[in-house]
Amino acid sequence: MTTTAPPPTTPEPHRVARTVSRPGDRIFAGMARGSGILLLIVMAAIALFLTVRAVSAISKDHGNFLTTFEWTPSLNPPVFGIAVLAYGTVVSSVIAMAIAVPIAIGIALFITHYAPRRLGGPIAYVIDLLAAVPSIVYGLWGALFLVPHLRGVNLWLDDYFGWTYIFHKQDPNSAARSLFTVGILLAIMILPIITNVSREVINQVPKMHEEAALALGATRWEVIRLSVLPFARSGIISASMLGLGRALGETMAVATVLSASPVLSARILDPVGGTFSQNIVAKFGEADDFGRDALIASGLVLFLITLLVNGAARMIIQRRKEYSGANA
Amino acid sequence: MAKRIDISGLSAYYSAFKAIDDISMTIEPGSVTAFIGPSGCGKSTFLRTLNRMHEVTPGGRVEGKVLLDDENLYGSGVDPVTVRRTVGMVFQRPNPFPTMSIYDNVAAGLKLNGVRRKNELDAIVEKSLTGANLWNEVKDRLNKPGSGLSGGQQQRLCIARAIAVEPQVLLMDEPCSALDPISTLAIEDLIGELKTRFTIVIVTHNMQQAARVSDRTAFFNLSAVGQPGRLIEIDDTERIFSNPSVQATEDYISGRFG
Repeated sequence: MTTTAPPPTTPEPHRVARTVSRPGDRIFAGMARGSGILLLIVMAAIALFLTVRAVSAISKDHGNFLTTFEWTPSLNPPVFGIAVLAYGTVVSSVIAMAIAVPIAIGIALFITHYAPRRLGGPIAYVIDLLAAVPSIVYGLWGALFLVPHLRGVNLWLDDYFGWTYIFHKQDPNSAARSLFTVGILLAIMILPIITNVSREVINQVPKMHEEAALALGATRWEVIRLSVLPFARSGIISASMLGLGRALGETMAVATVLSASPVLSARILDPVGGTFSQNIVAKFGEADDFGRDALIASGLVLFLITLLVNGAARMIIQRRKEYSGANA
Repeated sequence: MAKRIDISGLSAYYSAFKAIDDISMTIEPGSVTAFIGPSGCGKSTFLRTLNRMHEVTPGGRVEGKVLLDDENLYGSGVDPVTVRRTVGMVFQRPNPFPTMSIYDNVAAGLKLNGVRRKNELDAIVEKSLTGANLWNEVKDRLNKPGSGLSGGQQQRLCIARAIAVEPQVLLMDEPCSALDPISTLAIEDLIGELKTRFTIVIVTHNMQQAARVSDRTAFFNLSAVGQPGRLIEIDDTERIFSNPSVQATEDYISGRFG
């Protein structure tokens, strides 16, 4: 494919010249360096701020910060803990992922491999539109439309899957302001990012890998299974983690829908529970200085959970690196 | 096992553009046929019509007939997936599945065909790798990724993968153009061994290679850029390289153009 170029016949005459430092270079290097350093400073400042305020709050906590259900820093002595919040955050995000990831991969594959080109473009555009909807609008839609309409779904789940306990609803007449509803709402909200990133990654699967499968007599699904998904796997994991990051931190939509209360229930249809960001936005306005510090402590935990999730994702990607398409 | 290919009146299109025009030829079973010609003359496109890979390209369309021992590959009701299981293909760039081990690469086609039993798979994988002259080099690391091999080894792995499903025809699209001379030699030797079992068609830009490996040689050309490619002549390789019947062939072979 490549031909070696003939060696240059007349070599450049050697000139002894010092590297001239040009102003453009200097300015650009300075800007690049400055941006890098600024990022580090901002990160350090945030981490320091969170840690200092959080530690001062936690040290005055008379409950166990990790296992206490209630969030009452205004009591004397103050008692507050993150058990309900951590549980609610993780459960609602897991529900969201369980719903969104398969659908997103399906949409991405449909756009790239099944839809005729005339259809793929418009679908991708509509998915982009989903990402443009502000989260408070999702929250309003969730509270005014999803909550009343999910009532029947909840009853059905309770009827047929109540025996799993997870889908058992303690009070069948209570509104569907539950972690389950929040999970569905979050799933819709994180669908665009997962779909779009997955689509990009799937589009980057080299044609020659797909042809390798095709030439062996693979059907369309087999091509996807043999060449597309393995190649795109780490990218799809990254896409899902981006979505998970958004689901973990989502505030307004959750705060609008969830009927928060300091109860930790394995029954995901019960209208109880809370999440970190929902709790912060709900309590911040009326909190005194100490209450704010306590909320910051919960924010720090959310930050750590997100960090942990990202780390885990990186590990998954790293472990399969030898087999990834990157070194093909 | 090896089958005769009869092509008649075959034209291929990319949307409105006609890439090859009205090609007819017969390829004998168990022979090696080389396609030569300048870039853009449609020889790769033609090759890809022989296992219905051309139509995978958006806008790709074919007219005409390709008979594989009397069965028309383009007949109505013929599944292209089945065609590709009988007509194997090796590409220009080695393309083992990067996420699979050497073993799984060779077994991939077999698994598509529903071979599941471990000892059966083991036997065919060994036979195919041996057939591709790769067994001795990889037998101790069958579970290592195929993408870790050298370019020449990867290409032989691709050949092993293609022959594992026992196709009747093996198409090779410039299989050595990304390889160094030693690896090229290994592949050429392999082609000589494989032709007893398969009908082989090879596209090559390397005329010495065509002269070395093939029994018959077909020369393709196009009258101008934007015009469809045509088959100028096909004849015994010896004759094409010593005394071709068309002047353009001689000009091309002797390096007067192209």
